[in-house]
Amino acid sequence: MSEDAPLRFHVPEPEVRPGDRPDFSNVKIPQAGTVRRPRIDEDAEQFRDLAYSIIRVLNRQGEAVGPWAGTLGDDELLQGLRHMMLLRAFDARMLMAQRQGKTSFYMQHMGEEAVSCAFRKALRDGDMNFPTYRQAGLLIAGGYQMVDMMNQIYSNEADPLKGRQLPIMYSAKDHGFFSISGNLGTQFVQAVGWAMASAIKGDTKIAAGWIGDGSTAESDFHAALVFASTYRAPVILNIVNNQWAISTFQGIARGGSGTFAARGLGFGIPALRVDGNDYLAVHAVASWAAERARKNLGPTLVEYVTYRVGAHSTSDDPSAYRPKTESEAWPLGDPVIRLKNHLIVRGMWSDERHKQAEAEILDEVITAQKSAERHGTLHAGGKPSARDMFEGVYAEMPPHLRRQRQQAGV
Amino acid sequence: MPRKTMIEAIREAMDVAMERDDNVVVFGEDVGYFGGVFRATQGLQQKYGTSRCFDTPISELGIVGTAIGMAAYGLRPCVEVQFADYVYPAYDQIVSEAARLRYRSNGQFTCPIVVRMPTGGGIFGGQTHSQSPEALFTHVSGLKVVVPSNPHDAKGLLISAIADPDPVIFLEPKRLYNGPFDGHHERPVTPWAKHELGEVPAGHYEIPLGKAAVRREGKALTVLAYGTMVYVAQAAAEDTGIDAEILDLRTLLPLDLDAIVASVKKTGRCVIVHEATRTSGFGAELAALVQRHCFYHLEAPIIRVTGWDTPYPHAQEWDYFPGPARLGKAMIETMEA
Ligand SMILES: Cc1ncc(C[n+]2csc(CCOP(=O)(O)OP(=O)(O)O)c2C)c(N)n1
Repeated sequence: MSEDAPLRFHVPEPEVRPGDRPDFSNVKIPQAGTVRRPRIDEDAEQFRDLAYSIIRVLNRQGEAVGPWAGTLGDDELLQGLRHMMLLRAFDARMLMAQRQGKTSFYMQHMGEEAVSCAFRKALRDGDMNFPTYRQAGLLIAGGYQMVDMMNQIYSNEADPLKGRQLPIMYSAKDHGFFSISGNLGTQFVQAVGWAMASAIKGDTKIAAGWIGDGSTAESDFHAALVFASTYRAPVILNIVNNQWAISTFQGIARGGSGTFAARGLGFGIPALRVDGNDYLAVHAVASWAAERARKNLGPTLVEYVTYRVGAHSTSDDPSAYRPKTESEAWPLGDPVIRLKNHLIVRGMWSDERHKQAEAEILDEVITAQKSAERHGTLHAGGKPSARDMFEGVYAEMPPHLRRQRQQAGV
Repeated sequence: MPRKTMIEAIREAMDVAMERDDNVVVFGEDVGYFGGVFRATQGLQQKYGTSRCFDTPISELGIVGTAIGMAAYGLRPCVEVQFADYVYPAYDQIVSEAARLRYRSNGQFTCPIVVRMPTGGGIFGGQTHSQSPEALFTHVSGLKVVVPSNPHDAKGLLISAIADPDPVIFLEPKRLYNGPFDGHHERPVTPWAKHELGEVPAGHYEIPLGKAAVRREGKALTVLAYGTMVYVAQAAAEDTGIDAEILDLRTLLPLDLDAIVASVKKTGRCVIVHEATRTSGFGAELAALVQRHCFYHLEAPIIRVTGWDTPYPHAQEWDYFPGPARLGKAMIETMEA
């Protein structure tokens, strides 16, 4: 007979569930401007504080403060605001288009616009992102045409991917945007491989991998870290912690590790957490990590602390698993409003101009949408040919596919 | 012409490819400094440096995943998975990523990688050093699957595979590394030095993917074989005295259907042999194709001789391995049908 008490199984639970009062008291948020800025060649061992804190630049008054401020000029800030507003308007229109049956599916960015929009500005042409599905801001901020994104979403005759991919699984090599996979996590280790190749060739380009908090549990994430660490690959490993993986709260994938950034420390990879709703902070940290990569100092792991305000996808209803008002209670605010307030504080912007910009941007999105829809939507109008379906599986079509195409009569 | 082992031929193929194209990189577990557990990459690191041939962490997913990223950049990675039995952690990267990258990006990104791995049994490797997973890859659109059966082909096929614009799974029957093995395990194996297919031309030559080879001409029946089974088929033909034609498929995807159809139409009989388990094995695909294209020429039902539908047993290896006795029995049965 054992005298030991029966073991108890542990399953982490979020603080609150639907019907409860939102509670983010467990998210420790330092004041803006208080987290130090390390040298880019500082030893990974010195990063413990940065892997557990949150780098912030914009304070509650809308001022940019502290050692991470000042990486952006006035025009860049105005442009940043515009990109985020564009992405938000784009999302709203495409969400509506999905509801109207013009496409099968959509995934929005609401609340996370700063992450990809600001990050893109820290990269140069020729660098390569290995994104997941919530980084369309990389395309918007990189000047990719909205109409091409919409053609892809509609799988119409002008779809650059010929209707072969799910909506929003863009691919734009010339814009440093790797083809998105529906299998979570796979791109993270591929980013490391791309960066290794750049180093092998003595190139100057760097790569960036992207992954969600939930997907860090995939083996690909860990393989990516070990390869990045072993070969000191010039890669920025980005974890977007938006608190939720569909209905599963971030504590499920995080386990006992405290933060996602902390996972980098065991691999000897400098790791930082940044306020993902602060355009300035994201840009500052991304630029810092990019400089490290460019100076051949190796990988950096960055955790963006943010919140997915919208539903996971058009197939999701978040009110089934979290309080309806949780997003309003999110302590890091809204990235668009925060940057807007900063610009107002700087005397560069006003509520009127913001309203006017919103109207102009909406116009721009609607114009793009109209021109995309002239090429068709998923169930109406032009679509890629069935003959195309057999193309591009291989560089050259093998005989069995040619036979099957004949059999299909296309 | 110099005679080489299959390992030497494979090494030469990588050497030639690396010399001709400095985008070719070779990596995997123990592949760099030591030259691989089967020594297939021996000397490559010394010759080409650590950026072109290097050791990796023990992570098949990491090896293939990074290779895909490198290929997207513009390199031509030729990676080694130490045994085919260990490819499963990388399976998602191969099937969902490498195989589909060209298609899903409409050609913006391509994936010219080669994943080399030793396959098959006959070396007392037990369950985890003996598997033949070819059917798991031939089922995947976007991949090419190659199984060489001799040093001469191994070199030419591997050079073609590395030059190929698409991902290639290169399965090396490890039992053939040192000599042709016909399943008569109680007899000593003749080394490649004594076999004409051990003759490996120096320098660069290619054997096109997708082309089978007739290893033995015959009129009575056709044996469809690949890898180690080519020699098992030859032994079975000798043991039974049946005038069998033996086709070495060499590439399973894309398959040389024309060669298969021509042979079976000539002989009117077909036996298929592979070492992998039977159910849903590649033999099922072959049987379906032969039935569809040669039905009016067939004089007997098609028979499959394969490994059993069990994991590869250790002590009972020779009961599992489809040797010449089992194949010969099927050939006689086919002739008598
Ligand atoms: C390998 C794999 N498993 C499961 C899924 C289904 N799935 C799609 S999104 C998702 C949640 C991902 O959460 P996270 O990584 O946190 O990213 P987020 O959606 O929050 O941006 C899941 C489970 C998938 N696409 N791929």
